[in-house]
Amino acid sequence: MGLENFFANKTGFVATKLDHVINDVVNWGRQNSLWPYPFATACCGIEFMGAVSNTHDISRFGAELVRFSPRQADLLIVAGTITYKMAPILKRIYDQMMEPKWVIAFGVCAASGGFYNNYSVVQGIDRIIPVDVYLPGCPPRPEAFFDALIALQKKIAGEEIEEHYREKRPQLRPDSDTDWDVPAVDPAARGIRRGC
Amino acid sequence: MVSTIDTVESLRAQFPDAKFRVEPTADMATVVVERGNLVPAMQFLRDEPSLGFGFLVDLSAVDGLKLEDDWPDRFQVVYHLLNMDSGNALRVKVAISESDCTLPSLVGLWRSADWMEREVFDLFGISFEGHPNLKRIMTHHEFVGHALRKDYNIQDGQWLGETESLMDEIGEYGENPADGGFSELIPINIGPAHPATHGTLRFFGKLDGETLVKVAPEIGYLHRGFEKHCETGSWTMVIPYTDRLNYCSAMLNNVGWCHTVEKMIGVEVPERTQYIRVIISELSRIIDHCVCIGAMLVDLGALTNFWYLFNLRERVYQIMEELCGARLTSTYVRIGGVAYDLNPEFIGQVREILKEIPKGVGDVLGLIKKNRIFLDRTIGVGVISKEDAVNYSWTGPCLRATGVDYDVRKAKPYYQYADLDWDVPTRTNGDVHDRALIRFDEIVQSMRIIEQALDRIPGGPVMSDDKRVQLPEKEDVYGSIEGLMNHFVLVYDGIKVPAGEAYHSIEAANGELGFYVVSDGSGRPYRVRCRPPCFTLLSAFSEIVEGSMIADAVPTLGSLNIIAGELDR
Repeated sequence: MGLENFFANKTGFVATKLDHVINDVVNWGRQNSLWPYPFATACCGIEFMGAVSNTHDISRFGAELVRFSPRQADLLIVAGTITYKMAPILKRIYDQMMEPKWVIAFGVCAASGGFYNNYSVVQGIDRIIPVDVYLPGCPPRPEAFFDALIALQKKIAGEEIEEHYREKRPQLRPDSDTDWDVPAVDPAARGIRRGC
Repeated sequence: MVSTIDTVESLRAQFPDAKFRVEPTADMATVVVERGNLVPAMQFLRDEPSLGFGFLVDLSAVDGLKLEDDWPDRFQVVYHLLNMDSGNALRVKVAISESDCTLPSLVGLWRSADWMEREVFDLFGISFEGHPNLKRIMTHHEFVGHALRKDYNIQDGQWLGETESLMDEIGEYGENPADGGFSELIPINIGPAHPATHGTLRFFGKLDGETLVKVAPEIGYLHRGFEKHCETGSWTMVIPYTDRLNYCSAMLNNVGWCHTVEKMIGVEVPERTQYIRVIISELSRIIDHCVCIGAMLVDLGALTNFWYLFNLRERVYQIMEELCGARLTSTYVRIGGVAYDLNPEFIGQVREILKEIPKGVGDVLGLIKKNRIFLDRTIGVGVISKEDAVNYSWTGPCLRATGVDYDVRKAKPYYQYADLDWDVPTRTNGDVHDRALIRFDEIVQSMRIIEQALDRIPGGPVMSDDKRVQLPEKEDVYGSIEGLMNHFVLVYDGIKVPAGEAYHSIEAANGELGFYVVSDGSGRPYRVRCRPPCFTLLSAFSEIVEGSMIADAVPTLGSLNIIAGELDR
């Protein structure tokens, strides 16, 4: 974090032009050295493996160092269905990642629940964590994933470097009813029988 | 060969006071027993040498809420038994009412019943008396209601506040009482987001130094409601969901589902389609084994093998994509046939791949076969005996690695497997080494099957001409009233399956993939139960690894090839 903080604190003192240059240099570094954390839960994880492996070769985009610790990663790739049982884990892993951090919703299940519109599947991870790039497909091809990765790189290139140190809230959809304050379940109100 | 009558007669002779009702079902014998006699009757069926139903294939339940006229009691719990020597199958059913839905547990007879009963408890709310650990397994612990009951709305999702601690399953930790408090027992959590779990499993364990004293697995992190979804659409609309059961070999699941439905309707698929299904099944099996071996070797630190094997996988993906337009989730098989005929290049491409597979597999075998690290870390690790494997209802390569030569393709041959010349490879030690190498043996056998199938594949149509499953030709639709009606009914109502129930299975990459289906005669399934091979494999995991080093638990898990999609459904 030192470098970004250094630049971020100094920007007040330097001329506007230099400010832009610093911004571009930092973003150039960030966009070409992403460290992905593959939160691979389902079928999309297999296609993510396909993207990493030799035929498609993710290292051409500078993002091949897959980290399995959220503290070492800055790109969270949610590849697969997120169930309500998994949701607290995903939230915790996102919270454990250091800023700056980005999220790709890999596949329709992560982006919207996909065709699993049911009692068990979260209808899109953007109800829990903010998402930078939504990638459709069930599962998306490795090429589609690279498209998303390039889209993310372009997005990073246009960012203000201080942006990541402001407080972030999940970008909830208008119809979403949760920001992780889980609504209490009242079985009687919802007509669910407890059974025996 | 023991007939149904003999089975029931011997049951009646053994239990003269009890009532046993025989139901007419086409796929196997069905006996309805009373709740009080369940355990003694099951024990008799298992232990009586002339019957020998020693294998509990599946345990599930059906909610008869919408079938009230036919079902005096709301629930039926269904047990599928198998005699592995003769191939005889038996279905045992118990009817229980909603007000008193408890059953005696069968954990004392089959340990695989442990998890299966937990699943029935979770999704139907049927409790099992005498079960050691009757907790929810698929849905989370704060879930209210039972999802597979017919009165549970499919879209009623419930958020989870906090993950279950699982402390109750591992017991006390801290000072170790076994050695007078000299050492310390430490709790350890692995997963559900951990690279060694290959998906979404969680293990909560207790360590003494590096030795695992107790392990409590938690699954259900990828429970996507497959079985509930099947009840909402038509019979054909289930096919895309089956792709995502075992997503490493999607075609095999397609074949399994369509095979079951075709058997229920009584449709015979054309010979060309049967050969196509054999070829794509075996190709899927090969790439599934590639992922399993590759991922397991990555856990042991051998990354190179993974690239070698993934090369093969990419090659197969390429031709799958040319065949049906999708790499992974193909939805290629249809009820009554397949979606399209083979593209003209397909057979040549498969022949080329058959030349590449020995090279890729040979490279990997050359790296590991005499590799000291691989041998030290796998031989004698994660051993399970033949008897335990059967008691845990293991199937597939993992069972065959213990020395049991049970393979659905030989035991209940479907399609052309009976005519083709191939062997069921077995090994004897039942350790990680054998479970890994038997997959190489199976790749060789699959290649033999594909070669013969490519030589023999005939021409002809790829869809059955049966009017119950196949849309009529366009000229018939526009030219004749029968064709128009047929088209209209098929499009509006979907394929109709006669009322009844059936269990059919195929040999998927991990073992027996079965579908137990109940139809009420309408255009949509009433109840679909998938018997996933992984589920029983993983239920034995904690017993295998308890007492071993924690580092050995990782390759043991890798060798079981747990695919969360079919484990949790």
